[in-house]
Amino acid sequence: MIRIFGWNEFLVIVMAAQWTIALSAIAFAGGSVGGLLIALMRVSEVRAFRLFATGFIRVFQGTPLLMQLFLVFFGMNIFGFAINPWIAATIALALHASAFLGEIWRGCIEAVPKGQGEAATALGLRYYHSMRHVILPQAIRIAVAPTVGFLVQLIKGTSLASIIGFTELTRQGQIINNATFSPFLVFGTVAAIYFLLCWPLSLVARRMETRFSRATAR
Amino acid sequence: MNMVSEIASAPAARGASDPAVRMEDVNKWYGSFHALKNVNLTVGRGERIVICGPSGSGKSTMIRCINQLETIHSGRIVVDGHDLTPGGKNVDLIRQETGMVFQQFNLFPHMTVLENCTLAPMKVRGVTKAEAEETAMKFLRRVRIPEQAAKYPAQLSGGQQQRVAIARALCMNPKIMLFDEPTSALDPEMVKEVLDTMVDLANEGMTMLCVTHEMGFARSVADRVVFMDRGEILEVATPDTFFSAPQHERTRFFLGQIS
Repeated sequence: MIRIFGWNEFLVIVMAAQWTIALSAIAFAGGSVGGLLIALMRVSEVRAFRLFATGFIRVFQGTPLLMQLFLVFFGMNIFGFAINPWIAATIALALHASAFLGEIWRGCIEAVPKGQGEAATALGLRYYHSMRHVILPQAIRIAVAPTVGFLVQLIKGTSLASIIGFTELTRQGQIINNATFSPFLVFGTVAAIYFLLCWPLSLVARRMETRFSRATAR
Repeated sequence: MNMVSEIASAPAARGASDPAVRMEDVNKWYGSFHALKNVNLTVGRGERIVICGPSGSGKSTMIRCINQLETIHSGRIVVDGHDLTPGGKNVDLIRQETGMVFQQFNLFPHMTVLENCTLAPMKVRGVTKAEAEETAMKFLRRVRIPEQAAKYPAQLSGGQQQRVAIARALCMNPKIMLFDEPTSALDPEMVKEVLDTMVDLANEGMTMLCVTHEMGFARSVADRVVFMDRGEILEVATPDTFFSAPQHERTRFFLGQIS
């Protein structure tokens, strides 16, 4: 019995977008914390921190996101945790985001002129206050556009979580398609929803980029 | 090398027994480049030292060693009685007691002039915001730009920015002020306002080490002029002697070039 792809099927797919948004949001939040740590380790004066952060970034940049999802998903089972696609997808995507945001933000921190840190040091400010009040506020301005750009990549990347059985937008599409056999309609709808999520972000990123280049041109 | 040490350790004009800065046989390398060669210099309290020399001679490096923006490889630096061994605990203390003014101003562009001046006193000394702002306004008045307090650095001229940088350093109540070519990045018409501010400071008795090419400033303000070339201190003399009877061939050549 083949179901017709109708209004209900369409709504089911639209509703699944909430899981894509939730997964993206949690992965981005985790990735922000991890990314800040990785970025700070990457520019640290302590060699061991730099090496660890560099290795971490290399591993995550040099392997497919799908393998990272698999390794966390099956790895959790090996280490005695119950198989849970939600947790596995969240952890894998957050680690993935940590590596990429860490590398993006390292560049932003290094783009702040060296004299800024020297001036802070010369005034007696130590590491925390210098980072918190002088370096990072300036780095953030540079970081906004590329960070939003990465968020778009991350949202699209969450579609891979469907393969480990996490029911988000893509997986819901597969399920509906299995019942309706209207792949073009189904995946056309899925793609359109991804586009509606990502396109406004791309616009925001571009506008911020222009605003930033105008602000720094003075 | 002996001759250099003798010249450099000649009695300072004031306070030689309890100097503000004492550098003993300081050496520094950048890779294989010998940036500072057996530098010996004693600066008395309240003394105004001008350091000059060709570019790449180690002038900036030397004063940056005093507040440990650069680390030294051998020798000893004592600032205000605190021995400054690399990685030692005194570094924080010394940085709080020395103010530094940079060629490129290095104001914090995301903060107003007032916030630039209050950040370090609040975060390092732990004074209240009201107190820090009061002090900041006092020094902004002293450098004659209190009306710019609410503006951002980018809205100010180069000369005004550098005067803010001086006020910002003074807000930490430093005992020693280090100036690293403070007028070199300024348009010519702005040099005077910054030099005037520095003269005011000198007249108030501040201990100053100033790397500059402003020979007029050296002549009128300096107690001693230090001439450096290729990482060495070649000559230390009063401005009179330095300009009228330089001892060293390279000093004469340098003075011939810039005048």
